[in-house]
Amino acid sequence: MVMDYSIKIGGEAGQGIQTIGDALGRVFTRSGYHVFSHQDYESRIRGGHNFYQIRISDHPLAASRDKIDILVALDQASITSHEHELTSNGRIIYDASTLKLKNEGPAFLEIAFEKLAMEQGGDKIMANTVATGAVLGMLGIGLDIFLELIAVMFKNKGDQIVLANRNAAQAGYEYARQHCDKCTFAVATDEIKQRMLVGGIESIALGALASGCKFYSAYPMTPSTGIMNYLASKEDEFGVIVEQAEDEIAAINMALGASYAGARAMTGTSGGGFALMVEGLSLAGMTETPIVIAMGQRPGPATGFPTRTEQGDLDFLVSAGHGEFPRVIFAPGTPLQAFYLTNKAFDIAEKYQIPVFILFDTYLADSQWTFDSFDLSPLRYHDYRLRGDAFKNQHDYKRYAFTDSGVSPLAVPGDAGHVVVVDSDEHDEEGHPVEDAATRIRMVEKRFFKKLPLIRSEIAPPELYGDHEAHVILTGWGSTYGVMKEIVDELGKTISIAMLYFSEVYPLPDLTRFDYVAFLQQAKLPLCIEHNATGQFGRILRAETGFMFKNLIHKYDGRPFTVEELIGEIHGHLGNI
Amino acid sequence: MVTLETYRGHIPAWCPGCGNFAILKAFKDMLVELQLEPHQITVVSGIGQAAKLPHYTRCNTFNGLHGRALPVATGIRLANHAMPVIVTTGDGDCYGEGGNHLLAAIRRNINVKLFVHNNQIYGLTKGQPSPTTSEGTKAKNVPSGVISEQFNPMTLAVALDCGFAARAFAADTEHLKGLMKEAMNHQGFALIDILQPCVTFNKVNTYDWYRERVYHIEPEYNPEDRLAAFSKSLEWGDRIPIGVICRNSRPAFEERVPMIAAGPLVHQDFDPSRIDETLKDFY
Repeated sequence: MVMDYSIKIGGEAGQGIQTIGDALGRVFTRSGYHVFSHQDYESRIRGGHNFYQIRISDHPLAASRDKIDILVALDQASITSHEHELTSNGRIIYDASTLKLKNEGPAFLEIAFEKLAMEQGGDKIMANTVATGAVLGMLGIGLDIFLELIAVMFKNKGDQIVLANRNAAQAGYEYARQHCDKCTFAVATDEIKQRMLVGGIESIALGALASGCKFYSAYPMTPSTGIMNYLASKEDEFGVIVEQAEDEIAAINMALGASYAGARAMTGTSGGGFALMVEGLSLAGMTETPIVIAMGQRPGPATGFPTRTEQGDLDFLVSAGHGEFPRVIFAPGTPLQAFYLTNKAFDIAEKYQIPVFILFDTYLADSQWTFDSFDLSPLRYHDYRLRGDAFKNQHDYKRYAFTDSGVSPLAVPGDAGHVVVVDSDEHDEEGHPVEDAATRIRMVEKRFFKKLPLIRSEIAPPELYGDHEAHVILTGWGSTYGVMKEIVDELGKTISIAMLYFSEVYPLPDLTRFDYVAFLQQAKLPLCIEHNATGQFGRILRAETGFMFKNLIHKYDGRPFTVEELIGEIHGHLGNI
Repeated sequence: MVTLETYRGHIPAWCPGCGNFAILKAFKDMLVELQLEPHQITVVSGIGQAAKLPHYTRCNTFNGLHGRALPVATGIRLANHAMPVIVTTGDGDCYGEGGNHLLAAIRRNINVKLFVHNNQIYGLTKGQPSPTTSEGTKAKNVPSGVISEQFNPMTLAVALDCGFAARAFAADTEHLKGLMKEAMNHQGFALIDILQPCVTFNKVNTYDWYRERVYHIEPEYNPEDRLAAFSKSLEWGDRIPIGVICRNSRPAFEERVPMIAAGPLVHQDFDPSRIDETLKDFY
């Protein structure tokens, strides 16, 4: 029997949903379980309806389920919105005094979070600690790990607060143990394995730190702001400068300035902010200045759904910027992929002196996964810049010297007697503006045609998961990785199915290492699954390879796919075989 | 030994008689007097006639986009604060397209020297009004005359408590060179608004027009008196003051960034193994 429970915490913004969710996620992880969590919130600081959903299991997880086992309702809207998601043995815990309403029925367990917090902790602010303790009591997971975590969480608030919170946790835990007599949750009790619980947004920031990123400039915008916040929290430790720019135009230009000066630099934004950066992207292309851009998608156009998720900006990134120049787009599907691909982005950006994107979305940014570890051995770090004495010995330095590879020496200004000249105008080898046709042709060849095959050779083939001679192929990119993988596991028991997954989306991987076009052609039902309205990746694939998907699944309501929902959609297409 | 020859660059493509020639001369003279070598400075520019200046001398150069020189310069300074960074720009580039960056740069007090070639007109695009074009001036695209009020960079600088703001006149080259040296030696952001005749498109603000009006600010004037600076900045019309309008000793942004207290960011080593310790936070 596989253990698999989902817990949903619902309430208004500002009620502490995230505090409970984060605490439960960490306790479950430290208790040795696999965890997956995602969040759903509105664009407001107080009020509205938000939720945090956590799934725990004794086997690895990659997505959320529709059904929930425990609903922690901090407001009545959580009950009306999510009561129907409850499994037959599911339970709802709530505080009748906060909701000002008593809910009747076998699923309900009333727990006076605030009253217990007052009695045991001395302050009703600890109601969330009571609720967290209660969930652990219902599941029958020991309380010790949470008690240890409380000491860490409230370390800066003093021993009194730690003790009060521990008492509040104990009260919730005991109450649930005694009163949830119909709770039938059975948790696996395998030996504890140490795992890490990490979110998508931190993983991008961690990847940057692991790659020697020294400079990050950005303007706050959901869902990218977490990168700036995380890097800023590590600025002393890693010697990284985080600068909040006056606007996104300044953000990308500052990063380009820092990169020109010799520091690895990055910026981050969302679609609307990136719209302002586009001219700067083109500048990176012309000046051949390395830069990594984290681009967090949310549903547009314009302000769209500020806090929700979509894969709607792939087309935009592929064609953004006036003129023609090479770029690379990575679209990680898990925090682990985000970590490694951010590292690869820094390496490739500097190696080929091009802009490289980490294209993510709100869903990946806010979801947390458990991993055994992040293995550091595959990380790349090579300093491609010409510095100090190496630069001094360079004879007759030219920033845009013609070379066989199209890659010219990238020198750090000031390190030797040479000058480093870059220009947004078409320029000669030294970097000064020119008007002549012959130089223009050679520069385009250098910037684009010579570099492109080398860049393409760095792009990994798509991941094939499941049946290698599958009848049904789920094709996707970016954050749909987890949900597609779980579906292959589930449907693979009865049908011939595989996932063809692209995390390195542009330029498309060449076909020499893995002819994925042939693989799609042999299938009875190749499906393209995208979190947008028009099928942007499918269109790129068709434009570049000629392969056209006839069966498409598109979702554009701003909410992530759940496993059950996508299975339903797939079933609708199986009749086309 | 740095001489004028050290700073010989490409032949300028400016119109004969352009005020930019005098500014370029003052710029080179200043560098020679400070004995800075071309690789020891970085000049950042955007788009416009002024933005071409770095190509007409020798220096590390980032000639970027219209209006965007200041954020690039800020990034360079934060990455390498041992490198003097100068922005050469014009009234359209800096006061028009790049207005928000000017506000932010003054507020940050980033140690960048901003030399604005202010010819009160758009030269590169052939004669449209700029933010500093005087009200009522007629142009091809505004046949009935400019309606917006003329922008006063000196008053803005005083309002934002700019660390160093001065006005100069291109044809008073010695005076301009002196101000440039002062700006270079100032430990913080420094703005010089340089009145520059445009012989092709600005038929109002000519050499003679400026010569009749500019005067050297009195030696007893105290640029650290902000209220006096406000009054001084408002002088325009019959008499136009040139010299340092306002100054203070607010510490530069770079001096307040702890990560670079030990040395420039670009010279700091990176230890890839450090991430191992950070990942422990997630267990």
